[in-house]
Amino acid sequence: MKAITRQKSIEDIQQSLNGLDKIFVVGCGTCTTMTKTGGIEQVEEMKGHLQEMGKRVTGTTVIPTACDDMTEVAMKENEQFIRSADAILSMSCALGVHRMNMYIDKPIIPAVDTLFIGVEETPGYFREACAQCGQCLLGETAGICPITACHKGLVNGPCGGTNNGKCEVDKEKDCAWTLIYNRLKEQGRLDLMRRYQAPRNHHIVPRPRSITIT
Amino acid sequence: MVSRFKESLDSGKFVVTSEVAPPKGTNLEKLLHHIDLLKDKVDALNITDHQSSVMRFPSLGGALAVIEKGGEPIMQMTCRDRNRMALEADLLFAYSRGVRNVLCLTGDAVPVGDHKEAKGVFDLDSLQLLMTVRQMMEGQDLGGNNLDGAVEFCAGAIVTPEAQPIEPQLIKFEKKIEAGAEFFQTQAIYDLENFAKFMDYARKFNTKILAGIVLLSSARMAKYMTENVPGIFVPQELIDELSAVPKEEMLAKGIEIAGRTIAALKKDAVCDGVHIMAIGREEVVPDILATADSLQ
Repeated sequence: MKAITRQKSIEDIQQSLNGLDKIFVVGCGTCTTMTKTGGIEQVEEMKGHLQEMGKRVTGTTVIPTACDDMTEVAMKENEQFIRSADAILSMSCALGVHRMNMYIDKPIIPAVDTLFIGVEETPGYFREACAQCGQCLLGETAGICPITACHKGLVNGPCGGTNNGKCEVDKEKDCAWTLIYNRLKEQGRLDLMRRYQAPRNHHIVPRPRSITIT
Repeated sequence: MVSRFKESLDSGKFVVTSEVAPPKGTNLEKLLHHIDLLKDKVDALNITDHQSSVMRFPSLGGALAVIEKGGEPIMQMTCRDRNRMALEADLLFAYSRGVRNVLCLTGDAVPVGDHKEAKGVFDLDSLQLLMTVRQMMEGQDLGGNNLDGAVEFCAGAIVTPEAQPIEPQLIKFEKKIEAGAEFFQTQAIYDLENFAKFMDYARKFNTKILAGIVLLSSARMAKYMTENVPGIFVPQELIDELSAVPKEEMLAKGIEIAGRTIAALKKDAVCDGVHIMAIGREEVVPDILATADSLQ
């Protein structure tokens, strides 16, 4: 499971950094390294872009896993470079931005958009796997999630837009409910698909979502 | 006041419905003209709900216009643009103003339409919307609260007899019947043999089936539909039949094909009626009906 990211355009990044001249760049050794949006190479490239914009790069680092508590250590190690910067440009996913926010008061500007939480199904192909809906249906849908795999997130079967096992929004995308049907049939569990699924509760954990574990 | 459409369905006669599309804008002239033209020739008129996810004047407004003209509307309602509260509220309002029929649809996906960045709601699906109508008819909303004044609708749904693969569609079809769908308007059908097979199966259930008749206005359109529209199969013979006539006569040929199909379905009592969709050529629906009648 990885946070899947896409780099913002250089124009957007430049606009976000308007008035901020000294920049410290942070990448992440986990998800954005794997998606090539915030690993060592991309951080180096970004440094070049920033210099072309006329910015001064006070330093760079690639934190092993930007979303965990080791980030605090990495921030401390780079304290002097961060102190002399006007802002941090984050090439980690949004979770990393949140984590850094806990330790740093300076503006943290994301250089990437976090798209979804995905799995790498085949090399280089990432698919959204879980929408964290709070009502896991996978036991009834042969392990295929209708919330993420169906464009409309339908829970009671396919819509009329399905065509030869493909989705109406994109002929390249599989129809989730055709996949679910085929797999349930193989498992001899089609009765599960005949079951009425009631409207979903969108407030299983009311937003803003948090939980305390003791 | 009960649903006149439901009375037609219950009478056992061959029921005919058609559809009109609200405009993009406030100029209702064409819509009102189509309502005038069709309201006395059909048992009920569907009013589409932002068809193909293109933003338009609402189906509820179109349904009220049909009522003002003395016609019987079937309000199409999709789950794409409203959450459960908005759908329930519109059902209350529609009922209070005399709407008695509702067609419950999931709705096309947002990206196929003209507001590609809009949020697709889909808080409910077609099946859950049917269940909502049932619950509101029993005097309760989806929050479990009592309504001060319930609704009474003849609620229907759609089915795609030519869908590939068909089995997942049929499971949903049966779930819709269990949820109380009193009638089905099908996606367009052209192959009568295939449709007869579907009806052999569908006859086992206590519901009414109106076959979808979509006017083929040209050979090009027929080819496009069979190649691109999910769940539509136009046999090659029909495409050839359209191609064989000069361009200016293709529409007349399409009217003939639609009329002939309706006559055949009625003659053999294959299904309970038809739902005619002329898609932008509503003015020829009376011609389709006249052709069907002449072949009786």
